[in-house]
Amino acid sequence: MTPQRAASVFAVQVWDGAASNQLFAAGTNATFDVHEQTFGPLSLETIGADFISVLEQSGLTGRGGAAFASWRKLAATDKGRGGALLGAKPVVIANGAEGEPLSFKDKTLLTHAPHLVIDGLLIAGRAVSASLLYIYTTPAAMASVQAAVAGRRDARKIKVTEAPETFISGEASAVVNSIVNGIALPLDKRRRLSESGVKGRPTLVLNVETLAHVALIARHGVGWFRSVGSERDPGTRLISVSGHCAAQVLEVEGDASLASILGRAGVDRSDVGAILVGGYHGQWVRPLDCTLSPSGAGGQVIRPGAGVLHVLSTGDCGLEATARILSYLAGESAKQCGPCMFGLPAMARVLNEIAYGAPDPSLVGELQRLGNLVGGRGACHHPDGALRLVASALETFSDDVQAHLSGSCTRTLRRIA
Amino acid sequence: MSQILHIDWTKCDGRGLCTELLPTVLGRDDWGYPLAKYARGGDRTNVEIGPRDAQAARDAVSLCPKLALSLAPQ
Repeated sequence: MTPQRAASVFAVQVWDGAASNQLFAAGTNATFDVHEQTFGPLSLETIGADFISVLEQSGLTGRGGAAFASWRKLAATDKGRGGALLGAKPVVIANGAEGEPLSFKDKTLLTHAPHLVIDGLLIAGRAVSASLLYIYTTPAAMASVQAAVAGRRDARKIKVTEAPETFISGEASAVVNSIVNGIALPLDKRRRLSESGVKGRPTLVLNVETLAHVALIARHGVGWFRSVGSERDPGTRLISVSGHCAAQVLEVEGDASLASILGRAGVDRSDVGAILVGGYHGQWVRPLDCTLSPSGAGGQVIRPGAGVLHVLSTGDCGLEATARILSYLAGESAKQCGPCMFGLPAMARVLNEIAYGAPDPSLVGELQRLGNLVGGRGACHHPDGALRLVASALETFSDDVQAHLSGSCTRTLRRIA
Repeated sequence: MSQILHIDWTKCDGRGLCTELLPTVLGRDDWGYPLAKYARGGDRTNVEIGPRDAQAARDAVSLCPKLALSLAPQ
């Protein structure tokens, strides 16, 4: 029987047993038996290449940050296999790296619902005729993933590898580099991973939450998946909520309004100075009358990235927070690409001067000039993500910028410099 | 026919040879790394090379001490 799809919200990091929950419906630390009882058995043998068109109809997008249409990644991998000689069978990797400090939904999922992720990986593997399957997991979830894989006959060929806890370890080419060479740093991308990744084979890297949705779509169908969320953003997504509130993971419908998510998280709106949406590569938002969706007109829609909401209280200064984050991001540069290795620390110095230093009106122009040198010039999007964060801070906290440049701060009510 | 000059940033060390061979295409940033003067769609990793610069671009590819450059058809 297809379960009723609930349109409201669910899981919390401390499992509350809410029956409306989907991805965490099997409860905490779900064993394979409980998993099968909850979701029903999976008939893997019915899955083939035609499942890619099922995914297309579902409208599922990646939940790891970029929100790329999942079916396109499978189709590209399948196509990458087409021209290859015998033996070049694809590789599928479940990406559970979670280097983003504000994200914990993937480790929560891998800890409590590892079998849903394993199901999704087996399904994706069959859809593209893969011969090698990996789960790349954060150390926090390693024990539960290993136990889950060891307890299933159908999961014997899955290899489990550890993702280092660095910010960029989950970037797709860094995932491949880590599995092949033990170095979790991004690679130059002359060729797409769907053409040549692990051992030169077509390689598909999908976020673990994306795979959990795949497991439910394969069981319950496209209509079920699309019965919550909106036309442009169907299904649900996990959100890591943190900051000036209790840290928790929520499962919310696609295109959910920011205000309703905060309400469900128990955040008092009068305490909210601003919200960082999407994590350290995301953007600051204020006011809150927008929805979270990977597509839609700017202004009304904010991209959820990897599903991160971080609450800044009214007493905190957004510029100081952004300066701290940018310093962290500069330190997390892989230091492979010059513009990122030198540009991000230079930008962090200037932003810290704006946030904490002497009032100097030329600093904003200098920050923008440096940003122009950094954008689009690297093997991965780490510098571009940092730029997005800084641009949104300068816009959202423009009154604070003016205040700081004249020697005060609108938030912390103290004179600086 | 125009071509695309791809910069592998993981190899580039900012030696600057390419910027001397292709002065109308590439400048240098604060730290000496090649900076595309005209970026299509903000892409400054895959730089468009016109027919007039084709030979200089081939020279840049073969002379780059870090083997950080490659050329491909548009």
